[in-house]
Amino acid sequence: MALEFRSVTKEFTTGTGQNLVAVNDINFRVNEGEFVSVVGPSGCGKSTILSMTAGLYQPTQGEVFVSDDRVSGPNAHVGFMLQKDLLLPWRNIVSNVEFGLEARGVAKSERRDRAMAELKRCHLAGFENHYPYQLSGGMRQRAALARTLAIKPEIVLLDEPFSALDAQTKLLLQNSFAGTIAQTGKTTLLITHDLAEAVLMSDRILVLSERPGTVVAEIKVDLPHREEPLRRRVMPEVSDYAAQIFKHLKLEEKAI
Amino acid sequence: MEAGAAAPAKVNKPAMTAQRNTLVASLGLLALVLLAWQFLPPALDVPKFIIPTVTDCLAEMKRMWAQEGLLGHTLSTALYTVLGFAIGSLLGAVIGYLLGMSEFWEKVLSPYILALQIAPKVAFAPLFIMWFGYNAMPKLLVTVLIVFFPVLVNVLQAMRTVDRDLVNLARAYNLSRWGIFLKVEMPSTMPNLMAGLRIASTLAVIGVTVGELVGGNTGLGFLISYGGGQANAAMVFNAIVLLTVIGFLLYTVLVRIEERVLHYLPKAQH
Ligand SMILES: Nc1ncnc2c1ncn2[C@@H]1O[C@H](COP(=O)(O)OP(=O)(O)OP(=O)(O)O)[C@@H](O)[C@H]1O
Ligand SMILES: [Mg+2]
Repeated sequence: MALEFRSVTKEFTTGTGQNLVAVNDINFRVNEGEFVSVVGPSGCGKSTILSMTAGLYQPTQGEVFVSDDRVSGPNAHVGFMLQKDLLLPWRNIVSNVEFGLEARGVAKSERRDRAMAELKRCHLAGFENHYPYQLSGGMRQRAALARTLAIKPEIVLLDEPFSALDAQTKLLLQNSFAGTIAQTGKTTLLITHDLAEAVLMSDRILVLSERPGTVVAEIKVDLPHREEPLRRRVMPEVSDYAAQIFKHLKLEEKAI
Repeated sequence: MEAGAAAPAKVNKPAMTAQRNTLVASLGLLALVLLAWQFLPPALDVPKFIIPTVTDCLAEMKRMWAQEGLLGHTLSTALYTVLGFAIGSLLGAVIGYLLGMSEFWEKVLSPYILALQIAPKVAFAPLFIMWFGYNAMPKLLVTVLIVFFPVLVNVLQAMRTVDRDLVNLARAYNLSRWGIFLKVEMPSTMPNLMAGLRIASTLAVIGVTVGELVGGNTGLGFLISYGGGQANAAMVFNAIVLLTVIGFLLYTVLVRIEERVLHYLPKAQH
């Protein structure tokens, strides 16, 4: 088991002192090498799920397991990536990719080798000495993926990594990410509000309800070519899946 | 990559012509002002002890060099400007970072910081003279005090606005608190720190000047009060010019350093 949420509830104390239940009684599992997407309305707690997996904060109730270890803080199993690329503007691309390795006692020369290898895998060879401002948005996200993969995480968490990009770049980047992830065999949790993206990239999709978020549906995507979303895109079943998710989301909306 | 390297070279040419034009215009303006300064006051019958001409000032400069130990005064002022600036900005930065790391102490101290920031620092000069006597200490303290706040406030402001997601990323990568400070927070605050230092550099000259005006017998500030007492306007003018030169040099050095340090910012943002 690569990732498991066991009856996880997370409450926040808001500025006014009230309690806000972000997610309620979440249960799901992700198998090794599986690509699972989480979709749900805005504010339903998707990013909260990601932060708890990364160990940035603890569930109020329940437990999160990553590679059979209970998550009790930031840990080496998990690499995450957000909509913002979070590249350090004062470092060039290759030392940005090395950033995650520095606190892990990896020797300097090995850091460089690993970073260069990841940059190559993410189609950024030749840009290692550029600074982030010299790259396009899509290239910056690829550099962020390279940084995430460089620490060799067992699980990759992606929080809407494509949502700041234009439609065309998005398709190309989805394709390149999917290829890289399939190639490395990483377990992946993708958070998105783009239903098509979820269908194109995943093995399985979890649908969350409005806040407090809870899993209302689990859809297995039975389509080939997970490693190449551009090929999945032309399959007629894609819109059926999207419609199915849509239905689940809409039903919840009416119930509230 | 090739194209990326070639592109800036191409845009450089018009940029350089534009730069030359501004330089020519600036120098032309300077020449005009100097000419007006030289010929307008005599033409309007303004006496020399009110507005001395450029040549009067230059003659006085020569005399000051020979008889008043101008070099020594200038070097002394320059030394204390740099020293006060260095100590004040170091203290400002260190305390800014410390407070930036402790929300509690920042909140506790912020009203006092604000009060001290508003208080006119130069007004402390007579007090310092009462406490430490007529030596270099008072002017150094005034300078340190006046330099301290812009640096502190800029650093503190920057520490407050460091990207939380960036800090979380560093936490997820198992960086220690110290590692997060060194690798994320400190570099993030660099643009603000440099801006604070730039402001501070211009204030440092003011601090030293006031210190020297109020007490002591060395420095350009002293020459100003001495020249003023003797109704020697040319001496005052010269001292002011030299003070400006000192401040300008310090500022220029800082801008150079800033360009180096912040090379990663796209040029348009400067
Ligand atoms: N640190 C926090 N303190 C207080 N409330 C928080 C905190 N983080 C999140 N919340 C609240 O928890 C809820 C879920 O937030 P979350 O960011 O997980 O939503 P999301 O599903 O990722 O939304 P979006 O799709 O807009 O990104 C929101 O109502 C938010 O206001
Ligand atoms: Mg979110």
